[in-house]
Amino acid sequence: MTSIADRARGIASGRRERWLAPLLIVLGVLYPWYEDTLQSLPVIGDFVPSTESMVVMVAFTMMALGLNIVVGYAGLLDLGYVAFYAVGAYTAGWFASQQFDQITFHFLSSVPNTQPGIHVTMWLVLIAAGLLTLLAGIIIGLPTLRLRGDYLAIVTLGFGEIVPQVVNNGDDIGGFDLTHGTFGIAPIDSVGFPVLSFTGLPDNFQTSPDRAMWFYIVALGLLLITVFCTVRLRDSRLGRAWIAIREDETAAAAMGVPLMRTKTWSYALGAFFGGVAGAYYASFKGGAFPADFYFNISVFLLCMVILGGMGSVWGVLAGGMILAYLNIEGLSTIGSKIQDAGLNFDPTKYQFGIYGIIIVSMMLLRPAGLIPERRHRIEMEEGVHDTPFYDVEHEGTLTDRDLSGD
Amino acid sequence: MAEADNLLVAAKVRKEFGGLVATDNVDFTIPRGAIVSLIGPNGAGKTTFFNQLTGVYKPTSGSILFDGTEVSFLPPHSITKLGIGRTFQNIRLFSQMTALENVLVGMHSRMHAGILGAIVRPPKVKREEAASRDKARELLTYCGLPRRHEERSASLPYGDQRRLEVARALATDPKLLLLDEPTAGMNPQETAEFTSFVGKVRDEKNVTVLLIEHDMKVVMGVSERITVLEYGAKIAEGTPAEIRSNERVIEAYLGKGATE
Repeated sequence: MTSIADRARGIASGRRERWLAPLLIVLGVLYPWYEDTLQSLPVIGDFVPSTESMVVMVAFTMMALGLNIVVGYAGLLDLGYVAFYAVGAYTAGWFASQQFDQITFHFLSSVPNTQPGIHVTMWLVLIAAGLLTLLAGIIIGLPTLRLRGDYLAIVTLGFGEIVPQVVNNGDDIGGFDLTHGTFGIAPIDSVGFPVLSFTGLPDNFQTSPDRAMWFYIVALGLLLITVFCTVRLRDSRLGRAWIAIREDETAAAAMGVPLMRTKTWSYALGAFFGGVAGAYYASFKGGAFPADFYFNISVFLLCMVILGGMGSVWGVLAGGMILAYLNIEGLSTIGSKIQDAGLNFDPTKYQFGIYGIIIVSMMLLRPAGLIPERRHRIEMEEGVHDTPFYDVEHEGTLTDRDLSGD
Repeated sequence: MAEADNLLVAAKVRKEFGGLVATDNVDFTIPRGAIVSLIGPNGAGKTTFFNQLTGVYKPTSGSILFDGTEVSFLPPHSITKLGIGRTFQNIRLFSQMTALENVLVGMHSRMHAGILGAIVRPPKVKREEAASRDKARELLTYCGLPRRHEERSASLPYGDQRRLEVARALATDPKLLLLDEPTAGMNPQETAEFTSFVGKVRDEKNVTVLLIEHDMKVVMGVSERITVLEYGAKIAEGTPAEIRSNERVIEAYLGKGATE
């Protein structure tokens, strides 16, 4: 659904979504079947990502969509989103691996019943990961979301740094091994259809001959659910409140929007999708390793949102797929082409420099993103209407920041 | 109860910013159904007082009783829910949202859809959303904006933005409507229209109105009672006629010697 405004004016997304979305879904689902054909094309064939890479791209795009709720909708700069990815991945580690081999518990799992540890079916683990991450979002959000702007960004950055430390050192919490330290938790169980295996569906994706295809199809399904939810949320009472807060917190509060609760929900719901994506990706990779959860991932996800267009679901989809592609496959393909041409330059060594250049050029050339949200585009073109609270001018010494948070 | 007729009773409201006393033990009551004005020279503490009524500032001391509830320590959104709606002196619309969306944000505390409701959109939520949109359009038309509901609020002309602010405040379904210099920047004709509109809103929407105004014509024309602040303290209170002839008020506004 699009907002009435879009429909009335026929700009932005309204009509485009109606035919483009189904087309993209069909093209997306069929990708594993025409991948080979694309790859055999001359010149561009080498740049076509494998289905295996597509799984990673889709998982990261899903996280970017979650981050978009926080940064794009509610306007809260979060530099520690990787924490939610980590919580999701470790939830998968706890409930679907041999990590806790003191006990043996199986529930519709894809692995043999003899394996020690907790092995709940990944489908439930995905939901549990989302909910646990949502809870983590609320716990982190409640104390920090009283802050604004740069201060919030710094505190979220702090949380993002705390998580890999905890994970690294969590192998001996009073003698209890929670995270298996620097080794990470592996192997994590595969997604699969153990109950439905009589229908011919694989009971374990990892061991299935069509491993990449199955992981890809399910990832795409999760991505579609994420898109659906974020679009619905945007066009709801809650979504309007988020945008109102982004535009003018004081006025939003005066109109009856509870600031703390509304911001915390944006944080928690953004975290939810990061957690589900994190758990799924951990299952695909077969493990959760602390080295995956460093600050650069938070920045990487933020780059996807900025590149695509903050607040724009279409934009973040595009930005996420493009940057994730460059990261997983694109840069090394380009690098090998450059090497073939006889030049000694390896772009993968400079990947974050290259993302930096992309972001800086975007800010100069197309600041609202590849596919801007209607509102942000106008904001960027005409400048933000951001007058200080009038008491600064008229009656006292207070600034916006001194106003009570809720 | 003795205060049965008073919608708002503020007692000894004091606000200090460091060493500056912005409102100095102000006593203030608003009778239910009245149009009351708060006037005073620049820096007299009018807006600070306003901001304490709406929860933007917490008073240093004193109490504010609204419709029988102590509101001086409540956050702004709770006060809005209790029934105080406001406009801002410098227009503070959500500039990138449409006029309609601005009004819909005003209805936030009167709507119920939650997160699952937003995602699943059951019939109940759809109905609420449709009813809210209808009501928002009605309110916009009522406030003098029959068209351009889908237009971004920042692109509306100045006068329409003022009207939209009133519509958004009315959308919170207030018992008490606070208007902070609503005619600032309006020409005399617009001001006259607005003045009669305030009377109409009071009668038809059944709200009590508190007005901060500089324009004496507006104040004298529309209000039933006027309170005058100077340097944070109340210096006079009464009917327009009483205020017009009050020496201290004339002095505050025009300087010593102006009373002949």
